[in-house]
Amino acid sequence: MSTIPKGSRPKHLTVGRIGLYCFIIMCALFFLMPLYVMIITSLKDMDEIRAANILNLPKELSFYAWPKAWSQACTGFVCEGLKPGFVNSVKITVPSVIVSVALSALNGYALAFWRFRGAYFFFGLCMFGAFIPYQVMVYPLLKIEDFLGIYSSLPGIILVHTIFGMPILTLIFRNFYASLPIDLFKAARIDGGNFIKIFFYVIIPMSTPITIVAVILQVTGIWNDFLLGLVFAGRDNQPMTVQLNNIVQVDYGVAEYNVDMSATILTSLVPLFVYFISGRWFVRGIAAGAIKG
Amino acid sequence: MPFYRNIAAKIALLPMIVISLTVFVGCIIYSFVYSLTNSKLVPVMNYVGFDQYERLFKQRKWDVAVENIFIYGFVFTIGCLIIGFLLAVLIDQKIRGESLFRTIFLYPYAMSFVVTGLVWKWVLNPTFGLENSMHMWGMTWFELDWLVNRDLAIYAVCIAAVWQGAGFVMVLMLAGLRGIDEDIWKSLSIEGVAKWKSYIFVILPMLRPMVVTAIVLIAAGVVKVYDLILALTSGGPGYATTTPAMYVMENFFSRANLGQAFAASIIMFISVVCILAPWAFYEFYLRNKYANN
Repeated sequence: MSTIPKGSRPKHLTVGRIGLYCFIIMCALFFLMPLYVMIITSLKDMDEIRAANILNLPKELSFYAWPKAWSQACTGFVCEGLKPGFVNSVKITVPSVIVSVALSALNGYALAFWRFRGAYFFFGLCMFGAFIPYQVMVYPLLKIEDFLGIYSSLPGIILVHTIFGMPILTLIFRNFYASLPIDLFKAARIDGGNFIKIFFYVIIPMSTPITIVAVILQVTGIWNDFLLGLVFAGRDNQPMTVQLNNIVQVDYGVAEYNVDMSATILTSLVPLFVYFISGRWFVRGIAAGAIKG
Repeated sequence: MPFYRNIAAKIALLPMIVISLTVFVGCIIYSFVYSLTNSKLVPVMNYVGFDQYERLFKQRKWDVAVENIFIYGFVFTIGCLIIGFLLAVLIDQKIRGESLFRTIFLYPYAMSFVVTGLVWKWVLNPTFGLENSMHMWGMTWFELDWLVNRDLAIYAVCIAAVWQGAGFVMVLMLAGLRGIDEDIWKSLSIEGVAKWKSYIFVILPMLRPMVVTAIVLIAAGVVKVYDLILALTSGGPGYATTTPAMYVMENFFSRANLGQAFAASIIMFISVVCILAPWAFYEFYLRNKYANN
């Protein structure tokens, strides 16, 4: 049995390897089952859902649920579907990602190349912030934003995402910049570059890979956020996740599971799309966030 | 070093410094100070000592919340580690379609907690869900009423959470497995050590840094668990699946009992510190000490 890793691929299937494949395929089916159920439920009509097995393919395709979830499903007295939530999520995610990534890149750059006394103390403090439960900070932060006059508004939620994204992003950028050859920086200094010039002409052009990782991390993180959107975005700017929860958890009327599942799929489309097209980068983001410097 | 030297870097890091001090440190102090008052709807400086904490520990609901977070923390952490490690080992066997399987095992991690909760709520639905499927296939003895069962509902939360988080552990472990020196595998196979024995007794101990990182990151996430439970069980049946995070949010935003919420959030914070402190001590102090010797 050729089971030494990094050897050549085994030519013959042995009993052990067939067992291995069976087991891994079963695991894969377990992981895929909820996605499968989600998709087929969204394509059934309610009569079939009530009568048939949840795992059966739909007898006839019904596309009733999708447009309803997108533009007619009700949250309380408003029946506009998920569309406003989608728009809000875009309005929250795009500026939040840009601001937090730009600020964190600048932080990482200053920490890696322009250390001053005390800089790492504050960086440690900032990293500590990554582990504080949101519940400890939510109310005081709400008071701060109230004082600044931006509570329950788009700038308010953008600021909150920037704050809570900063620790991990700063860490990622700092580690990346610290791994660049220091001679490069020294040469730029000798050529007369200052803080801003070196950042724009030397560092930013080299930052593409790490910026992609950071953007993926932030887009999925902010899109999937529920708690912060619920508290800080205000009624008019509620993100898609909050609206999804409101649509599904309505207390009155008949539950329409097909609409619920279409809404669920619609909400996860953006992160899933990012995940499927970015594959390796997504994995790198996880690794970068996990491995402390 | 005069203050104005390196002034650009200091200005660049000013936002991080201000945020670290006001949000991360300031909010904890604010929460602690007001946890010593009997604030109800609005924060008032009416000092009552540790009354709020005493009342907190007498609450049956808080007991349930703490018990749940221990069950959830234990099952979720162990579940993620075992399944994540197992999946990583399986994928490491030079199987065909490796990247396909990796994609399948990791995609839940890209989804929002709300989505995960809602999907599993539907799959575990006692009337139309998997239980019904099993009954339709003739297995009438099959029972899966976890969501409406007070004692088992928290385990339903654990299943959904493990489904979402196991892929993350798999990625970390796989990175570790790929970093293992080929010579180790060669010598193990020459010695004739069984494959599974080598994984458990030789390779796993070598992956200790990965395991520790995974545990710390998972544990820090455990305390925060909120949206998943809100979507899956809304804390019910009754308050059987409530957690400290939910207790805090409820007292902040629907019960107008700020003092209680502050006290509970401070307890949450202290427990996170208790989890992190030994790791941080090891990671940043002991390791540096040995590295310098």
